[in-house]
Amino acid sequence: MSDVGGHRSAPARGGDVIAATTAEVIGSSPIERTEAGDALEPEHELLTVNMGPHHPATHGVLRLLVSLEGEEVLDLKPIVGYVHTGIEKSCEDQSYWKVIPFVERMDYLSYFFNMQAFCGAVETLLELEIPPRAKYLRTIHLELNRLHSHLFWLGTTALDLGAISMLWYALRERDTILDLFEMATGQRMHTRYFQVGGVFEDIPVGFEDKLRAFCTEMPARIGQYEALLDRNEIFLRRTRGVGIVPRERLLELGVTGPLLRAAGEPWDLRKAHPYLAYDEVEFKIPVGTVGDGYDRYRVRMQEMRESVRIIEQCLDGLPEGPWITDERKVVLPPRDELATSMEALIHHFKLVTEGFRVPPGEVYYPIEGPRGELGCYVLADGSAKPARVHFRDPSFVNLQSLREMCVGGYIADLIQNLGMLDPILGGVDR
Amino acid sequence: MITPVAEVGYAEATWILIAKSIVIFLGVFLIVPVLTVVERKLIGRFQHRYGPNRVGPVGMMQPLADILKLVGKQVFRPDAAVPLLYAIGPALVIFSGITTIAILPFGDVKDGVGFYGIDVSIGVLYFFAFGSLAFYGLLLSGWSSGSKYSFLGAMRSAAQLISYEVSMGLALLGAVMMAGSLSLVSIVEAQGEIWYVVPQFVGFLIFMIAGFAETNRAPFDLPEADAELVQGYQTEYGGSRFASFLLAEYLEMFVVSGIAAAFFLGGWMGPGPGWLDPIWMVTKIMALIFVFIWIRATLPRLRYDQLMSLGWKVLLPLATLNILVTAVLVVVT
Repeated sequence: MSDVGGHRSAPARGGDVIAATTAEVIGSSPIERTEAGDALEPEHELLTVNMGPHHPATHGVLRLLVSLEGEEVLDLKPIVGYVHTGIEKSCEDQSYWKVIPFVERMDYLSYFFNMQAFCGAVETLLELEIPPRAKYLRTIHLELNRLHSHLFWLGTTALDLGAISMLWYALRERDTILDLFEMATGQRMHTRYFQVGGVFEDIPVGFEDKLRAFCTEMPARIGQYEALLDRNEIFLRRTRGVGIVPRERLLELGVTGPLLRAAGEPWDLRKAHPYLAYDEVEFKIPVGTVGDGYDRYRVRMQEMRESVRIIEQCLDGLPEGPWITDERKVVLPPRDELATSMEALIHHFKLVTEGFRVPPGEVYYPIEGPRGELGCYVLADGSAKPARVHFRDPSFVNLQSLREMCVGGYIADLIQNLGMLDPILGGVDR
Repeated sequence: MITPVAEVGYAEATWILIAKSIVIFLGVFLIVPVLTVVERKLIGRFQHRYGPNRVGPVGMMQPLADILKLVGKQVFRPDAAVPLLYAIGPALVIFSGITTIAILPFGDVKDGVGFYGIDVSIGVLYFFAFGSLAFYGLLLSGWSSGSKYSFLGAMRSAAQLISYEVSMGLALLGAVMMAGSLSLVSIVEAQGEIWYVVPQFVGFLIFMIAGFAETNRAPFDLPEADAELVQGYQTEYGGSRFASFLLAEYLEMFVVSGIAAAFFLGGWMGPGPGWLDPIWMVTKIMALIFVFIWIRATLPRLRYDQLMSLGWKVLLPLATLNILVTAVLVVVT
């Protein structure tokens, strides 16, 4: 039996190798380590660990450069860019209606939000009003998406804390949501359901029944999750009083979403700057008190309940009528008109070949995503392709606060903070 | 005259000793694969899924497939590892698991054969002496892997050992005092009237909690916390050495359950004829292992400092108090 080593560059000695590993210290680590690593006094010796890019708890390919003293985190630096795909640049080369599937793939757990941010921005530039039914359908799908995103967050965060079974419970409900998405749009993820001007298709027969059944079941399920976690002493000890960043500091850093609300700031764009049908439904904004991990958890759990309420109200008040605007310069004409109307044929041809043109201008359209303020900036130059598309992704901005949450805590707290931060690396890097 | 370290309560002819040690060893060794598949099946049910159900009838051959896969892997060692210690680590862990099985009593003496590996007068001490060796295995393998995650895992396991070994010993002491013997066979026989789980309930709870820590099972699986340390001391291991760790974990779980069954649940005692004794013992062990699996499916992991404070500030005083009360009661009655 021969031992086959992997890394020929590493010294083949034992013992002091741990101290002598020449890990590159990047940036703000408080003590620069020498190459030997043992020039420091033993009590000041730091262990520099690269958590990620492939680490089970970094939820993607986040790399954290962590300086440890024993189990305590002394410094931390998130290093991003491992899934940078250049989506924003690619968008500049597509006509507006082709951009939609691109932006969906940024934050891959909140695709409806990405779509809404982009479509909303373009609609603002076009000064296009979408029909009421489309507004309601969009609201329903956005809130379903929020539920889906929060459920995934719940499962993975509980998994990181060691409560392995929660992942499967949360994913069970998430699967029902994906079934609903598939029913309405034909796809489970990256649905391209929202169009500039409305939604692609009306919801099918049976969708409402299934969604209502889900809405009836979901609050009970949330209660079950809470029974499993909220009444668990270990979970409470792991989350309470951990990762507190003052509200003022969060505001300075531009942190939004559940993180900010957990710290006591009732900032929610659905209330502050209503869009779609949010001013016509009644819901509350859950707000925390101290902003520790437990508050972040509570805020998200309560948000899931509110999302169910919003969906139910939207179903009750779902107006009849068209689900997409009949502005023929923007939206494809119905299939049957092509056979009878010359004008429809011309519109169809123009839209499919060139796409619609957007008058010159720029717009920033923010919405409340599951992770915070998701804004889309579109610069139009009058052509059929955007001159610039930029997303303010909440994951990226929120990640800034990770260092302040973790410094001084334990490694286990770092994992907890990262889970409660809920960054999606597809959104961070774009 | 040489004073013996321990006295043996009842010894048979050498060939019987050899034969029964082989039987017990093989029996327990065969139980481990069954345990893995039972755990995966149960966890699957807890988690609203099926668990393994493809290999063999209802997935019962899954451990065979797993073992074959792991054994077939190339033996791998990182360059930064210390070769000898790196290889010794898993062996030590397995050694510790197997030796402790020897004192588990599956029955009393029947037809001149004791249904146990060996009945030593220092039963409890034997268990602790060999059981704690496992932590040396973890410590050595974590340290010698030359990986930072492994190193942290090894440090955690050392801290965990120190914190929980004491409480575990004190928890058993109550039962020892009541039985007036350290021998497991005598302790089981002393439970003829009432199982010690009733008078020693606190001791039983403390022993089980410490047992979770001893076996590195959730919620005390900090040395191998997969979300934090990426399996801790096992990070750099693969193939059959990794399988050794896995095997050792189940062996330890079996042993701790066995000790708990012998000390608190009346060991082999149960209704029915004498030949049912080993079955009763295994049934009790399996019931306790089910608790292990149940807890793993339910509870989150403790944090390092919380583990320490639970061990030192809660379990240790409680165990000491338990002994004091037991001592007073034993003297009075």
